[in-house]
Formats: sequence, structure tokens, C-alpha cells
Amino acid sequence: MKITGSEILIESLKKEGIKHMFGYPGGVVLNIFDLLHDEKELQLILTRHEQGAVHAADGYARATGKAGVALVTSGPGATNTVTGIATAAMDSIPLVVISGQVPTMLIGNDAFQEADIVGITRPCTKYNFLVKDVEDLARTIKEAFHIANTGRPGPVLIDLPKDVTTSKAEFHWPDSVKIRSYNPTYEGNKYMITQAAHMIAKAKKPLIIAGGGVISSGAAEELTELAEITQVPVTMTLMGLGGFPGTHKLSLGMLGMHGTYYANRSVQDSDLLIAIGMRFDDRVTGKIDAFAPNAKIIHIDIDPTSIRKNVRVDVPIVGDVKRVLTVMNKVIRDEVKEPWEEMRKAWARQIAAWKKERPMTYDHEADIIKPQYVVEKIYELTKGDAIIATEVGQNQMWAAQFYQYDKPRTWLSSGGLGTMGYGFPAAIGAQLAFPNRLVIDIAGDGSIQMNIQELATAVINKLPVKVAILNNRFLGMVRQWQELFYQERYSHTKLDETVPDFVKIAEAYNAVGLRAAKKSEVVPVLKEAFSIKRPVFMDFVIDWQEKVYPMVPAGAAIDHMLFPEEKKKPEKKLRAVK
Amino acid sequence: MRHTISVLVENKFGVLSRISGLFSGRGYNIESLSVGETIDPKVSVMTIVTSGDDWIVEQITKQLNKLIDVIKVVDMTELDHVEREMVMIKVSPRQEDKAEVLRLAEIFRGRIVDSSSKAYTIEVTGEEKKIAAFVELLRPMGIKEFVRTGKIAIAREGIKKS
Ligand SMILES: Cc1ncc(C[n+]2csc(CCOP(=O)(O)OP(=O)(O)O)c2C)c(N)n1
Ligand SMILES: [Mg+2]
Repeated sequence: MKITGSEILIESLKKEGIKHMFGYPGGVVLNIFDLLHDEKELQLILTRHEQGAVHAADGYARATGKAGVALVTSGPGATNTVTGIATAAMDSIPLVVISGQVPTMLIGNDAFQEADIVGITRPCTKYNFLVKDVEDLARTIKEAFHIANTGRPGPVLIDLPKDVTTSKAEFHWPDSVKIRSYNPTYEGNKYMITQAAHMIAKAKKPLIIAGGGVISSGAAEELTELAEITQVPVTMTLMGLGGFPGTHKLSLGMLGMHGTYYANRSVQDSDLLIAIGMRFDDRVTGKIDAFAPNAKIIHIDIDPTSIRKNVRVDVPIVGDVKRVLTVMNKVIRDEVKEPWEEMRKAWARQIAAWKKERPMTYDHEADIIKPQYVVEKIYELTKGDAIIATEVGQNQMWAAQFYQYDKPRTWLSSGGLGTMGYGFPAAIGAQLAFPNRLVIDIAGDGSIQMNIQELATAVINKLPVKVAILNNRFLGMVRQWQELFYQERYSHTKLDETVPDFVKIAEAYNAVGLRAAKKSEVVPVLKEAFSIKRPVFMDFVIDWQEKVYPMVPAGAAIDHMLFPEEKKKPEKKLRAVK
Repeated sequence: MRHTISVLVENKFGVLSRISGLFSGRGYNIESLSVGETIDPKVSVMTIVTSGDDWIVEQITKQLNKLIDVIKVVDMTELDHVEREMVMIKVSPRQEDKAEVLRLAEIFRGRIVDSSSKAYTIEVTGEEKKIAAFVELLRPMGIKEFVRTGKIAIAREGIKKS
């Protein structure tokens, strides 16, 4: 029996196991939306902006590990997805975005609400399709999910002209797909892995740098095993948080621009870096010529283009992180017997000294609310068991520094693109996937206003997302740079009296709004918010002057870190510590 | 250093744009690019001449390989191979130079593909050096128009450069 393209789409999504998608209607997708009216198994969550839909699908994907789905209309609906797609592309997040398109015979005519979304998204998708024939639709959808979910994951867009949604074809769902030109390498080269294992055994100051690839390949356990057997300390990139337990005694926390003192010092002093599922972003390496001057580098990544893109590599291993580490752990257990603890003693002692010298800290005594205090309390009250999404700016960095992520997929943050407005819709997506977990967006007063309309989505769908706004009345991260490098000229970063009353906004949307203006109110507000089974905005009126430290100035070596001046010293100058 | 890279791709719409977008988006340069179907009409071959140090060319080949529609990438520069390019040159020589133009065309095994009282159009095929030499010799005679196909390349059978 022949069915319409719209029906094929819905059936295909169900065959793919999709239960939820996010979207926004419009003219050319009316036929698909009409089917969704009676649909029971596949639920569409109406967001209030297409960007919100894509970020929500992204949050859903990061929290579950499976591709998120968004469905939007042509033209402005499609162009509104671009930021969301680029965000997912930079962080290797699997998404399938379905955009309606004007009928095939009108394509290219500047028809009403026509946009060349395939052209626009070509550089920010892993792949994209324009479906011209309904006969190709089912296979295209299968291929789209296959491409999004496998290899180095990423977003895929399917552009679907209106006439394709109304034309009919037999529905054949392919059992599997084979794309001859797409064959990711999963198994690492055994010789290289063995060589790497022996290098780890010989190194005096080895250090693992874990990135987002550990999480996307589901290799957290294998990584912990490797670190524990060989007693190698682990630092994480922003994307790698949760890939290794933050509370583990071998954890050095995050490295890079706002990394810990001891992580950055360890990198610079290391004689062997084992880089796993990461890509040496400039926020991680700082000045590239001065990066890890004494280290040999083993680099494991599924994407060959990540290897030797930014740094020299001594042992490249292309493959799936989980499979490579499984083999590596076996090689180490079978072939490399070392008195690991004994061997690492000096290195461990050195790192412990750095930890003692400059631990991650802030002014605990202050009367005013310090943002780090809020994050720390969130951690304590949730016992580290929440899913944390973030916006971008200082809020994101404090959330990375002062909450310990012990499990993968509990940290949802726009790393590569740094998209303000990401966190709130992402939290909504994660909450939909895990209705019984506590999902918290740690936000800034600037960023939250970029997708604040999604409060309606949270309320109407009873998604009890909590938003902790670290309200400094500033575009704080930019202000921090202006303070440090632009003589305190706060050009267009002061939001001040224009910051809306977030409590009232929450109430206007029929959500709950709470405010903490004093330090003593922080814990009660958090406790109350966590006890309410509805969306809550928490407005924490924080010290606007607080900055994110340590900080590596752009272009400096990563051990060239700035710290807050100690209180005793009167002059305001910052000290660089090497 | 210059590299001639041969890329086998799925013959689908948008592929050329994916390839050229890769070069422009990442700041790699393209000196020439030629595309055509292979014996299998579903597959096209692109010959791209680009330049950069080893590190850039390694990235270019890897990035090309990563594109979903790319079936195979061969850096011809690493192989023993034959390169050819075809050019068509329209010259309008003065009366006294006409014989010389025809003589040069013959030496370079060019073919006159069009002629009028004012101009000859000469087709020449060959390696880069030969074409460059031909153009230099013709230049004083008054080149009116000049078109070229871009390079194409094919590996020699069985011999690998070490
Ligand atoms: C969409 C977008 N526009 C601009 C920026 C540049 N930017 C980075 S951080 C920041 C300030 C964020 O302010 P806020 O959300 O209040 O966070 P804070 O740093 O104050 O915690 C800006 C403007 C960005 N990252 N994303
Ligand atoms: Mg702010």
C-alpha cells in the first residue's frame, strides 16, 4: 500500500525508535503536523523558537547518547535552526533536523519562505540531504540517523519539499545502510596501541587529557580502568567533564584557559600526554608553540583530521575511544607489568604539591553572594547527582570549576561554539528524556534572555527544569576581559537596570520565581526550588565584580596564569605566576 | 609545495560545493580544479591542484576523506603519474607573424581548431611546462583569449615512488 511522504516520515522515525522530537510548525510542514495531531507514540514538543527546538534536541542527545530530532518549517524556521546546528556540530552531537522546503518545482524561484538551507548548513552539518523524490525518503532518513550517530557524531539535516510530503510511495524501511564512501575507523591499530602502552610504562610524568570523545564513545569505565591500573592522573577538557570522575583522587579537574593551576602545570611539565577523544582546541592549548614542551603525545581519536591538526603527535591512534582503550588496557594487563604506584610516586608528590600551592578556591568569607558559593551549594545539595546544563560566560566556567562531575552525560554545555542561550532549552530536552531527575541550568543574566521564551515550553509540558541565574547585571565574561585588558572600559556590557525581574518573568509564565539577595538566602532558595515539581527560576544576586580564575590570557602559554591579587596587597595589579 | 590530488566522489548534486566549501572554509587554496564523470556515471573524478606545506596537505587529504561523498583521495604527487592540461588560445597575429604562429603550433603539436582572417584558435595539450613555454612564445604575437581545462592526472601502472 502506498502512503504519503508525511506518513513515511513518521513511520521512519518510529522505526528509528524516536519517541520525542522538538519543533515548530509552518506552511510547508502542515501535512506532517496534521499527522502529529493524532499521533500517540511519537510526541512533538512545541518550543517557542526554532533555535530552542534544536538546542532541546541537542540536550536530549547529550543526556541520552542518542540522536535528538527537530522538525521545523522552511525559510525563517529553517534559518532559525542554524545556531543550534552549528552548536551541535562543534561539539560532535548527533542530531537529525528536518526542515520543510517549498515544493520542488518552486525551488530556486525565491518562493515565499524559501531559503537554501542545504546550502546554508553545508559547512555546519556532518551531512545534509534535499529529498527530491518520495521514493528516496525512507532510505534517506535511515542514512541520516546512521551518519548522525556513527563515527564522530554530528548533526544531519534533511530538507523536505512540501510535494514530497504529499506524494505517495510504498514504505520500505531498510534494515541497514551501507554508504560506500562513509566508513569510519573503529579499531585502532594494534601495533600503535602496543607502542603507546609501552610508552606509558616508561614515562615518568604521564598525563591523560580526556575530551568529549570519551563521553560520546561511552568509554568512561575504560578510561577509569586505564588511569587506575597505570596510576596516571587525568585532566579533562570542558567537553570531557564527567568522562572521568571529578572526585577521583587521580582527577586534576579541567585544563586550559580557566583550568586548574595543577592541571595546567602538569601539562607543561609532563613527559607524556595521552590525549583521548579531544582535539587540542586553542582554549585548551593556549599558545601552541609553548604547549607541553617536554611531552611526547599519544593521540587517540575517531576523526583522523583531529590528529596533527594543531599539535605534533608521536603516536597517532585513529579509532573509537572505547575500543582502543579496551585493547590498550588488555595489552597493559598482559604485557606491561610495572610497579605502577611506586613508579608514579615522585610525579604524584609533585602534583599534590601544586594542588596544595593553589587549590581551586574563592573568597568563602565574603558577605555578598559569590557565584562559586552558589555552584558549590548546588553540588552539595544535589550530591552531584543532577544533570547540569549551562549558558555561556562566567556562569559556565564556575559551573565547570565548582561542581564535580562524576558521571558522563551529566554536563551539557556548549563548548566549541560557546552559544549563549544554549543551556535552558538543552535542560528542557534533558528533562524530557529524564523526567525524574533533577535538571539544572546554571545561567547568566545575559544568556538566559537569549532563549527565555522556552519557559513556556517547560511550563506547558510540566518539565520541572531549575534555572539558577548567577545575576551579575553584566555580560560578565566580556566585562572581565574589559576589566583586565581594556582598562575597565565597560563598553556595552552593563545590563544593570535593564535586567528584568526574573521572579516576575517566571510568574508571568506561570512558573515559580525565587530570589536570593543575601548569602544566607542561597541554601533556602535552592532547597525550596529543588522541592518544587515545577519549573523554577532562581535569581541569585551575585557580586558583579567576581571574576573567573585562574585565567590564561588569550595567546599566552597555559602555565602563564592570572590569579586574584591576595587581599593584603594594596595595588590592584594582577600577578602572573609561572 | 604543489600537490595534485585526485578525488573520486559520488556524482551527486552539491558535491562540488562541499569540496570547494572545504577549501574556502579552511583557507586552503585551489590552483586548479577539474571535474568529470568516470566510466561509472555515478562516480566523478576531481583533480585538484593545491599548494601548502606537508602539514597542510595532510590536513587537506584527511578533510577530503572525511567528506561523506568522497570515495577515495589520492595525492598524485606521491605516485609516479602523468599530468595533462589542455588550453585553447586565440591569437591575432600581424600578417608578418602568421607563419611563425603556425610554425610554433606545429612544434608544440598544437592544432588549429578555428581560423578566420583575423585570428587562429590553437589547441594544445601537455604538461604544465610545455604549455607555459608555448604561451611565452605566443605572447608577443598577440594573445586575444586564453582558456584552460585545469590539470588532470593519472597514476602510472605498477610503479610506486619510494
Ligand atoms: C550568542 C552569543 N553572543 C555573544 C557571545 C559572546 N559572549 C560570551 S560570554 C558573554 C557574556 C555572557 O553574559 P551572561 O550570560 O550574563 O554570563 P556571565 O558571564 O555574566 O556569567 C558574551 C556576550 C556568545 N558567547 N554567544
Ligand atoms: Mg551576567
